[in-house]
Amino acid sequence: MTDKGIIISRLLEGFALNVQLFALTLLFSLPLGLLIAFGTMSRLKPLSWMTAGLVWVIRGTPLMLQVLVIYFAPGLLGWGPLWGSGSGARFTAATAAFVLNYACYFSEIYRGGIQGIPKGQTEAGQVLGMTRSQIFLKVTLLQVIKRILPAMGNEVMTLVKDTSLARIISIKEIIMMAQEYTSKGLIWPLFSTGVFFLVFIGALTLLFGWLEKRLDYFRA
Amino acid sequence: MAILDVEGFSKSFAGIQVLRDISFSLDEGRALAIIGSSGSGKTTLLRCLNFLERPDSGIMRLRGQVLFDAQDASMQSEQEIRKRRLNFGMVFQSFNLFPQYTALENVTLASELLAKERERKLSPASRRAIAERGRELLDRMGLAQKAENYPHQLSGGQQQRVAIARALMLNPTVLCFDEPTSALDPELTGEVLRVIRGLAEQNTTMIIVTHEMAFARDVADRVLFMDEGMIVEEGPPQQVILSPREERTKQFLARFSGDR
Repeated sequence: MTDKGIIISRLLEGFALNVQLFALTLLFSLPLGLLIAFGTMSRLKPLSWMTAGLVWVIRGTPLMLQVLVIYFAPGLLGWGPLWGSGSGARFTAATAAFVLNYACYFSEIYRGGIQGIPKGQTEAGQVLGMTRSQIFLKVTLLQVIKRILPAMGNEVMTLVKDTSLARIISIKEIIMMAQEYTSKGLIWPLFSTGVFFLVFIGALTLLFGWLEKRLDYFRA
Repeated sequence: MAILDVEGFSKSFAGIQVLRDISFSLDEGRALAIIGSSGSGKTTLLRCLNFLERPDSGIMRLRGQVLFDAQDASMQSEQEIRKRRLNFGMVFQSFNLFPQYTALENVTLASELLAKERERKLSPASRRAIAERGRELLDRMGLAQKAENYPHQLSGGQQQRVAIARALMLNPTVLCFDEPTSALDPELTGEVLRVIRGLAEQNTTMIIVTHEMAFARDVADRVLFMDEGMIVEEGPPQQVILSPREERTKQFLARFSGDR
């Protein structure tokens, strides 16, 4: 294999970590965000204050700092190796930080979407004898999804690029990989990482466009 | 014999009393029209009957059985209320159709969910029976051709008729209408009023909150005039609308003089 080929395959190896972090973050933060949104909207004041406080702290501090704190804090507080050890531990800690961070952002998008549904929709469900969960699943949810899709698309695309922040705890994602060459005086690998992101986000753009089209059959 | 008895309903929102000691009864197969200016409490009264609001005090009986008692805490649970509210159907001013479902699906959704709870899994036979009844009701509303249309593809009058079919689907004992034509363009009110008139002719027990005086006069068996949360005057339409006794009723109706 040529030098160029080797470099590109190392970049790909790095990008695989970005994609993994991306997928795991989405997998856990999408449902967690909904729970946080329910917490914030709860009539139980202590609960809603707690989740609102959490959202404030998470949205109010840099994600990079959160990754550092979540990775190092357990050790510093004497809780032992909460995340295990080695590169697997770093990746787990980064995933935890990303999940928490994105769940908080998602929760606010969900909350806006849910509160934007006219009250009459819930009331119509109620007078038809539906339970709260039936109303949420059968009436509200799809309308919420349709409303929040553009905002979610934005957030998901930001997540793709944010995964590079994981290098702060030495996760060998694509930018970190490329920077190893930069320090050897080779700049093109770093610049070419942009192409990986562009292609991935291009695919996501198509996916979200397709989803929006799928929900075009009704107006909410 | 009275099918519905309401006794002493009172309701306050944040210290403002919206309903003051409301009592009335309704006979089976009869239509009751509630008239009054906005803010008189008529919509709140309807919402109390449908358990969308809880009265602070008062008792409601259906066929002599207590359906709601503000003093009885055991009646306040979510589950209890869910069962009891099915005695009432509700047609909203703004239709409130579910936008992601077709006209037919809007009509059948609640029945399917209820059947699913009874049978655990909905059998194809009951699904067919439900769909058939849904189509029948849409047909009665003159909407047989619109069964597969989504709400945004329908006019306001058509949407409101779908909403009426949706409420009828669950066979409510009392069907409530909250200003069913107020959100409609004037040229579309006729088709909705015609449908309600048809229901009255088939002796559907109904409570209609309305600003359509001519309609109330023709369709209702009794009229109830509300002002400031109280029932000011009650009686047959000839009396309340055509020759009211109370000064406040006269003042209110004077605004509709062209309409009588």
